Amino acid sequence: MKRERKIRVMVAKPGLDGHDRGARIIARAYRDAGFEVVYTGLHQTPEEIVEAAIQEDVDMVGLSSLAGAHKYLFQTVLDLLRKKDAGDIVVCGGGIIPDDDVKRLKAAGVKEIFGPGTTMDEIVKWVKENVTPRK
Amino acid sequence: MKDLVEKVTSGDVRTVARLIRDVDDGMPEVRESLKALYPYTGRAYVIGITGAPGVGKSTLVDQMVAHLRKRDKTVGVLAVDPTSPFSGGAILGDRVRMQRHSMDPGVFIRSLATRGHFGGLTQSTRSAIDILDAMGKDVIIVETVGVGQDEVDVMRSAHTTVIVVIPGMGDDIQAIKAGILEVGDVFLINKSDREGSDKTQNELRLMIEMDQRKHDKGLWKPPIIKVEAISDKGVDDFLDEVDRHAQYLEETAGGLKSRRSPDRVRQEMVEMIKARLFEEVLDNLVESGEFERTVDAIVKGALDPYSACENLVFPVLGELPSEE
Repeated sequence: MKRERKIRVMVAKPGLDGHDRGARIIARAYRDAGFEVVYTGLHQTPEEIVEAAIQEDVDMVGLSSLAGAHKYLFQTVLDLLRKKDAGDIVVCGGGIIPDDDVKRLKAAGVKEIFGPGTTMDEIVKWVKENVTPRK
Repeated sequence: MKDLVEKVTSGDVRTVARLIRDVDDGMPEVRESLKALYPYTGRAYVIGITGAPGVGKSTLVDQMVAHLRKRDKTVGVLAVDPTSPFSGGAILGDRVRMQRHSMDPGVFIRSLATRGHFGGLTQSTRSAIDILDAMGKDVIIVETVGVGQDEVDVMRSAHTTVIVVIPGMGDDIQAIKAGILEVGDVFLINKSDREGSDKTQNELRLMIEMDQRKHDKGLWKPPIIKVEAISDKGVDDFLDEVDRHAQYLEETAGGLKSRRSPDRVRQEMVEMIKARLFEEVLDNLVESGEFERTVDAIVKGALDPYSACENLVFPVLGELPSEE
């Protein structure tokens, strides 16, 4: 009954990007999948996202970007997490991200990137398979 | 353990965050940590903020944090949001309003979900308060949606409980009357630029005046403050009222120690025992499969739930039922 680790995730909108419909829909899908979802709101700096992720002890940070600064922003989130000894927090992303950048970001440590057309079911399934709450 | 205590008391954010997670997830090991940290608690001032959804609690808390920081206080925030009864998931969105403080090392913000555990919210929120207290935060703000008994209990573990309402919610005040009025130390009318704030103030005043106990000389009479949290109007005055209440507690109830009055300790122990017993008993029953077998029998009509409950509980308690 008790003693269950519940998956906690954060959905964040880094940078100067005002499009949060996608992030909200994802947050909702996560909730319906039984996760606890911390939503940060718009216009977050990587520093704010990382600090919040640590305070909230989330297992994953989902970054949504539709405004083109994903390379810098995602990379900075990864770097800061590692610097703060929180590299175990999974980072994934979604939005309008060109294939070349997807490759680069994945090589840098973003675990998965979801482009347009990905279904909620696919994303939730991926999280369940790839994000395990810490022991 | 010594290591953990040192990390928490020196304010290590990651350790504190993980410990609160362990409390929330009901990890049994956490009890030892809480025992070890208890001697370091009792130094923080706890403010409870409650009110119906949408009255602006998170925005208010955000402004409170800003003002408290100006007053050189470090702040911990626990923001509780409801768990979906269908999926068990939750969207914790209070943080959206407070993110500007996330880079401030003097502020620790944590979102909690109600989770629907028996005694869970109360117990884990209380433990989280203890952890932030041991972490050294001067003021701890607990924000909950004021709808259930659990929330009222959480409010009872605060030094000052603030009830937030907005103009034109007459019916909501009706709802609040029943349970929460008694625990309110300060009433705050948010969005007071809206039409009807005078009327709301009068209604509140009437309710407070009708509460006979509040007429006794020397007893605290809850003030009603008008605030526009979003534009930061009245928030400083509101905090002055909280200070005044703190002063009152100092003079009448031992100040910070008032959270550990015999009444409160009694109530806390009752809840803790309830939760602990429940957890131990049910865990066993679920593990052994006994629980599901019983459910099955009741569903099939082979057993009534009253006898079933006795069958389950008495053996665990190791006693025969005493007949009346």
